[in-house]
Amino acid sequence: MTYTSHADLGGQDVPGRIVQEPEGEVFHSAWEPRVLALTLAMGGTGSWNIDQSRSVRETLPAYARMSYYEIWLAALERLMADRLQVLPDEIEAGRMLYPPRETKRVLRAAEVAAALAKGSPTLRQIDSQPRFRAGDRVRTQVRHVEHHTRLPAYARGKTGIVEHLHGAHVFADANAQGLGEQPQWLYTVVFDGRELWGANSAPGLRVSIDAWECYLEHSAP
Amino acid sequence: MAHDPHHEPHHDHDHDHDHEHEHERHGHDHGHDGDHSELGAMDLRVRALQSVLSQKGYIDPAALDVLIDTYQSKIGPRNGARVVARAWVDPTYREWLMRDASAAIASLDFTGRQGEHMIAVENTDDQHNMVVCTLCSCYPWPVLGLPPTWYKSAVYRSRAVKDPRGVLAEFGVSLPDTTAIRVWDSTAEVRYLVVPQRPAGTEGWSEDRLADLVTRDSMIGTGLARTPEQR
Repeated sequence: MTYTSHADLGGQDVPGRIVQEPEGEVFHSAWEPRVLALTLAMGGTGSWNIDQSRSVRETLPAYARMSYYEIWLAALERLMADRLQVLPDEIEAGRMLYPPRETKRVLRAAEVAAALAKGSPTLRQIDSQPRFRAGDRVRTQVRHVEHHTRLPAYARGKTGIVEHLHGAHVFADANAQGLGEQPQWLYTVVFDGRELWGANSAPGLRVSIDAWECYLEHSAP
Repeated sequence: MAHDPHHEPHHDHDHDHDHEHEHERHGHDHGHDGDHSELGAMDLRVRALQSVLSQKGYIDPAALDVLIDTYQSKIGPRNGARVVARAWVDPTYREWLMRDASAAIASLDFTGRQGEHMIAVENTDDQHNMVVCTLCSCYPWPVLGLPPTWYKSAVYRSRAVKDPRGVLAEFGVSLPDTTAIRVWDSTAEVRYLVVPQRPAGTEGWSEDRLADLVTRDSMIGTGLARTPEQR
């Protein structure tokens, strides 16, 4: 099966203009905050991780036609259906038709503030030494992978400079596939605009990504 | 806050807020017509889902209200503005913020979800910083709250990395050619906060007064801090 992300948009030609928005205008209809809250509350049951939910969102076939919270809702429904927690006919009926499945936890109102303040840090201790140092010239991997990944298409097969080592972080590609955290060293890699976009790139433009170690290989100067 | 209608140009009838905003939302996102022939269909669907989740004991309905209230009224860009204003007035704090943003920001009690690993990047005459997430909509929630619709839009995510000056122009910002642009694509769990340049003519201003000049967009890098005249 071919894995296709509809969310990898960097550098693509997308028609339209940016519509500015005043500060404080967080939602645009009453159901949106409810989708946010349901998503966070269900995330709080520990049934999936953030990378799994991103993977489901980016592979929704109608992604490009959906608004942000429509994407969140559709992904939430699919994550739960995949785990037999809530089936589509129950949502249609608006009531429980099948017994609940066990979840690890339930996020209670009294715990929300502490849970949000704690977040889910992804920094981990690992034994290996980092392969790269700030200043190293590196080339990003070229090949397309058949799963969720955080190496954007526009930055594949490009040469850049390692700027910063962030420590070892949960590896999104593995975590999204339910293969565990498999933490790896994470680096900021900066590219010259011309490397990404060709000779016509705006002068002085530099773009960086945060890249896990396995996305990178040494590049001859 | 969700129902703040001050941006709406058309108030010609007594309307249901949800319907009005339902209509607006599509305009904001992609400019396409809604797929929902029946207004309020999404509200009904989400209500139905919430009922099922409650009945199954997966969620505490009271927790939903706390979550909504948190992101509607407690966590927003005024948090980040306090960080920036502190950095403007206190060189020791500024140095700490640039060296260890997570700790410096946590010292003001802004921590947690979608801001676990923070980096602050400072605008200068030589470099202007702009933040994007081309892969989804990663954004530093503890300091900026939830992202605006345009930040999540395909238009912004596609263009910010390729034509940042064009994006800035749409925001009414024009920078000298001598200012290089640096775009930070948040592709992992590191979140970026732009520290805009302190406007001229603010010498001796208090931290609170300075914080009023720090806009959300200036901390994403699609805007500049307000000048005293724009305040």
